[in-house]
Amino acid sequence: MNGEQVLEQLNASLGEKIKDAFIKNPRRVYIEIDPADVVEVTRAVHKDLGARFCTASGVDMVADFEILYHFAFEHEPPNGVLATVRIHLDHESPAVDSITPGVPAAAWIEREMHELLGIEFRDHPDMRPLLLAEDWPEDVRPLRHGKPWEGKVNRQI
Amino acid sequence: MSNNTPPKTRSVIPIGPFHPLQEEPELFRLHVEGETVVDVDVEIGWNHRGIEKLAEDRTWDQVTFLIERICGICSTSHPIAYVQAVEDCCGGVDVPERALYIRTVIAELERLHSHLLWTGLAGHFLGYNTIFMWGWKYREPVLDICEELTGNRNHYAMIKPGGVRRDLDPSLFPSVHKRLDELKKQVELLIGAVTDDPVLHARLKGIGVLTKEDAIDYCALGPVSRASGVPADVRRNHPYAAYDRVDWDVITAEKGDVYDKTIVRLLECLESIKIIHQCLDNMPEGEIDAKIEEVPPGEGIGHGEAPRGETIHYVRSDGTNSPIRHKVRAPTYMNLPTCKATVIGESITDATIILAAIDPCYCCTERTAAIDAGSKKTIMTGKDLIRLSQEKTLRLRKELGL
Repeated sequence: MNGEQVLEQLNASLGEKIKDAFIKNPRRVYIEIDPADVVEVTRAVHKDLGARFCTASGVDMVADFEILYHFAFEHEPPNGVLATVRIHLDHESPAVDSITPGVPAAAWIEREMHELLGIEFRDHPDMRPLLLAEDWPEDVRPLRHGKPWEGKVNRQI
Repeated sequence: MSNNTPPKTRSVIPIGPFHPLQEEPELFRLHVEGETVVDVDVEIGWNHRGIEKLAEDRTWDQVTFLIERICGICSTSHPIAYVQAVEDCCGGVDVPERALYIRTVIAELERLHSHLLWTGLAGHFLGYNTIFMWGWKYREPVLDICEELTGNRNHYAMIKPGGVRRDLDPSLFPSVHKRLDELKKQVELLIGAVTDDPVLHARLKGIGVLTKEDAIDYCALGPVSRASGVPADVRRNHPYAAYDRVDWDVITAEKGDVYDKTIVRLLECLESIKIIHQCLDNMPEGEIDAKIEEVPPGEGIGHGEAPRGETIHYVRSDGTNSPIRHKVRAPTYMNLPTCKATVIGESITDATIILAAIDPCYCCTERTAAIDAGSKKTIMTGKDLIRLSQEKTLRLRKELGL
């Protein structure tokens, strides 16, 4: 299996939900979708196409937020492909539906993105802090760029 | 049941969060009714060091050293995944063949000593201190080899974007071959000790079962998934370094219990020895560094098979000399949640070995203390839990007449 075949599968399964697609090399495929479709798309990639969910990377691009959901297609070793589903979120109030109901393995990474980047995940079953302390201030999001946070966090913990 | 029997109360037994044996501090809250675990809750974040944030303040080369400090045991798996992400970001770099072979040798030495470490600790939890002593004794020559080849027992600092930092000295290879041959016999001895022992069969078989469906749902990785019949192995599925140039097998088992996880790890040691032998024999001559000048704007993903499973790194570059985002996902992040599927319904005497079987950390049991269960206050320390586990082994041994 190579990038083109994976993209064919994705096209067949997702159709018009793919707004943009890019084959970087035979082992890396990127597709871009509308945030409103994220639950359906990730469920289809994981359940219907049988791809393994690796993780998700949240990135503060200053103009907006990006979330990249990384999936591994490993049906035909040694020709594995990493396919990445990208969404863009508004920087003012980043919020998106949680994919955890369809992809249970995403539960932790969504909790992590919530506390480190301040992205809201609607309908997540368990939004407790994963890495930071329970009394961590709401307005301090460590992985955001350009937000001074001196004095807001008690270093004596 | 007599009327005097107290009603079953649900107690919560926290295991963790800190213990010197652990690689990563974490807190398990076992909800138990009588001796049966009815629910488990995992809390992590006790040692969150903000490495992803720190990476944004380092240059591309400095990050290699930073992420080597993520874990002492996987101190070469993370750099390998990271440099592959950087090389992917650069649009594919032709890493010299010799460097690929050297990466493979170091990665497999790491897998060997990690698996032997785990075997020893698993033995200790079960009251098999002989296995503990053997496992750790046999691990020492592996660390000696690491030190001779790289200069360090851990934190080898061998990997860099585009290649490796130091060449291996071929005059050392014969002695490495010899010691690996010795080690092979010792690992076979360990395998024999596990497979021939009826007490270990009684103790490990059928407990902590992770079914194939659960392994796929939880996206489990490494030996945990392979013991459940899911052949997830980055070395085979997405070949990197020199893994597609040597002959080796992906070890899988079917049942997904603690016994299978043990056997998979032990058999993988033999595969690692096989891979190292071949790499040393067939190591090509030549350059060891592609000398990457700069990292262009863009993004890259790299992954590799750490001893515990796939470790994956994502980097984003804006063309400056440091990443604007560096995402790291270690294998335990995916394997730890599987404890929901494996511990619930099991007896508390088996909880330590089941939680240890995913090789996350060694249950931090010294620090365990029971908190009150409604009106009843039970106190159980980590020592008690290990004692319970070891007593069960003794009891089984007696029952089996050994």
